[in-house]
Amino acid sequence: MAIKRTDGRKFDELRKMYAKVGVVPNADGSAMFSFGDTIAIAAVYGPKKMHPQHMQDPEKGTLRFTYNMLSFSVTDRIRPGPSRRSQEISKVSEWAIDPVLMIDKFPNNVVDVHVNILQANASTRCAGINAAVLALAHAGITMKNIVSSVSIGKLDKELVVDVSKEEEDYSEGEGATDIPITFTGDGKLTHIQLDGKITTEQLKEAVKLAKKACEEIYEVQKKALKESIK
Amino acid sequence: METSKLTGDRIKEYLALGKRFDGRKLDEFREMTIETGISKNAEGSAKVKLGKTEVLVGIKMGVSEPYPDSPDKGNLMVTAELLPLSSSRFELGPPKIESIELARVLDRAIRESKFIDLEKLCIKKGEKVWTVFIDIYSINADGNLLDAAGIGIIAALKNSKIPKYDEKNEKVLYGELSDNKLPLRKEIPLSITIYKIGENLIVDPTQEEEDINDTRVTMGSYDGIISSMQKGKSKALSEEEMYKVLDLNEKVWKELFSNIEKDLK
Amino acid sequence: MTERKIVIPGEIIVSGDKYLPGEGTEKKDNDIIAIIYGLSEETRGLVKVIPLSGVYHPRRGNVVIGKVENVTFNGWVIDITAPNNAFLSLTEVPRYINKDGLEEVMDIGDMVVAKIWNINKRGIDLSIKSRDFGKIEEGMIIKINPNKVPRVIGKEGSMVNLIKNETGCNITVGQNGLIWISGDKIENELLAKKAVIFVTEKSFIEGLTDKLKEWFDKEK
Repeated sequence: MAIKRTDGRKFDELRKMYAKVGVVPNADGSAMFSFGDTIAIAAVYGPKKMHPQHMQDPEKGTLRFTYNMLSFSVTDRIRPGPSRRSQEISKVSEWAIDPVLMIDKFPNNVVDVHVNILQANASTRCAGINAAVLALAHAGITMKNIVSSVSIGKLDKELVVDVSKEEEDYSEGEGATDIPITFTGDGKLTHIQLDGKITTEQLKEAVKLAKKACEEIYEVQKKALKESIK
Repeated sequence: METSKLTGDRIKEYLALGKRFDGRKLDEFREMTIETGISKNAEGSAKVKLGKTEVLVGIKMGVSEPYPDSPDKGNLMVTAELLPLSSSRFELGPPKIESIELARVLDRAIRESKFIDLEKLCIKKGEKVWTVFIDIYSINADGNLLDAAGIGIIAALKNSKIPKYDEKNEKVLYGELSDNKLPLRKEIPLSITIYKIGENLIVDPTQEEEDINDTRVTMGSYDGIISSMQKGKSKALSEEEMYKVLDLNEKVWKELFSNIEKDLK
Repeated sequence: MTERKIVIPGEIIVSGDKYLPGEGTEKKDNDIIAIIYGLSEETRGLVKVIPLSGVYHPRRGNVVIGKVENVTFNGWVIDITAPNNAFLSLTEVPRYINKDGLEEVMDIGDMVVAKIWNINKRGIDLSIKSRDFGKIEEGMIIKINPNKVPRVIGKEGSMVNLIKNETGCNITVGQNGLIWISGDKIENELLAKKAVIFVTEKSFIEGLTDKLKEWFDKEK
């Protein structure tokens, strides 16, 4: 590989991951997940009554996902409060997890998932989704499977797995293309976004890389659940 | 679910005997842990746990114009977010009065005690000064977020370094910290809240205890000097009780300070 | 009988024709797959997953402890910390109550022990017709993870009875994780509370009843 990653990783090497459940005692389920220096924490409250009543769905439950970055999680302080970016990420993350949730099991109810990024070094939405799904499982929510999320990057012409901030800002040649992707535990794709410039061929390659990386992430998540004692 | 009246009555009965459910004395704080440098992109940060209550405090610094009535002083801004993550009682939405009051009460403790030497944060008089942003977040709410956050602020400020400033290009070089720690006074303004439950005064309530408190008084003081105070909630205090509160503050302050001194190098 | 193990959603617990999917599982082709996170258990071919954490899911026949949220013209709305509120109708109280007298029997904020006699699409119906049910007058209420309730009760009540005997307290364990403790001295109530928390924290250990006996000997 021509490009040397600043942190010395191989092109398909993930940063060191850390996952733990039960980090917020008040929550019905909670977890934290990190890719290197990117740390996400998630808490689940529910199923519970949905307010306001007119938003209740008698056929199935609702998942409400909120993604929020702490003001000091990045170098340039973020003013507290929702932004258009955080709202979009919230929705996309919700969609990434919806396919595995069996929400017909809790009609008229809502499950709230709150994700907060404590420290950001790119791939925050991926860390957020990974933490959120752990928290949902920890909360005993009925699910067909769990999901795992990773960001694939293209730096100039080369693909890398698990993009760091420095790589996100890569400006040589064709610059950086950022592709966050989420897979279910049984290999189905539930989320993909792209920012940059890439050919169809290489995008297919990126999806392949992501699937493999997600299998690694799945093992970390599984371990966290199996080793928790609440 | 809020503490039931049933349990509340039991708590009060026990307090009258000088005891608390978790075996603490009325003027005793829960087990506390303080960790600093918990968020790398912040200029300073701290995590404080008081029993099961957990808060994070981060310090960010920015350069802006000074306020017109203090052209040679840096600025201070304290915000608090009671994250829905930390309790089913907190909802999404614009800041509620609880988070606003918490931020403002703790702001006064830091500001009035002049803990941060704002004059040393002037870059160019009348034009450019440093603003210190103190952002407080609740991670798990189990009572007394006020004092946990107060301790977190001190720890985070002490952990903070001023980023390098590129005067020519007028840019803050985040990630490149100078060796300059934030200019702080030696005297530490600790904020302590005294809660009244029935006839008794306690410190550091669990959520269960905090739910049934009649009123509370938060005082920021350093070395016996009180520089900020706020009484919250709606019941009254007798004159006697007010004096008891002040005495208790002095006593608890000394003990709390000796406990955390080593963690606040 | 297959060994119990912790499983996660999507994980295959066992495979084979003879197995049937019980609660917390789903059958796909020949595999029994977990659909919640918990402890898998197999008895005579029926495979189920017991949740380790998460909210209380009400079941008909459960004894629960709740708090009165609202008083309506014909009953009380009760919060039993379940995804839905429960309703105690006038007709499920063992004596005649005047339509204006509901608040006197139970008012907002009061705690009550009740039985779930019906669950349907409209909601959860409670009853306090039996002698052991009704408004709680004295004592303290603690809350535990509802998934630990079976442990706290023990086989045929062995665990909770041990705590009752050692502390001299009356203890009613709600399936929803709320527990009412009432004793003659606050010290005894607190000891009972500590014992309950001990059981919830050590719920994975074998021979817990004996360990609890030892714990009591040390504490007293």
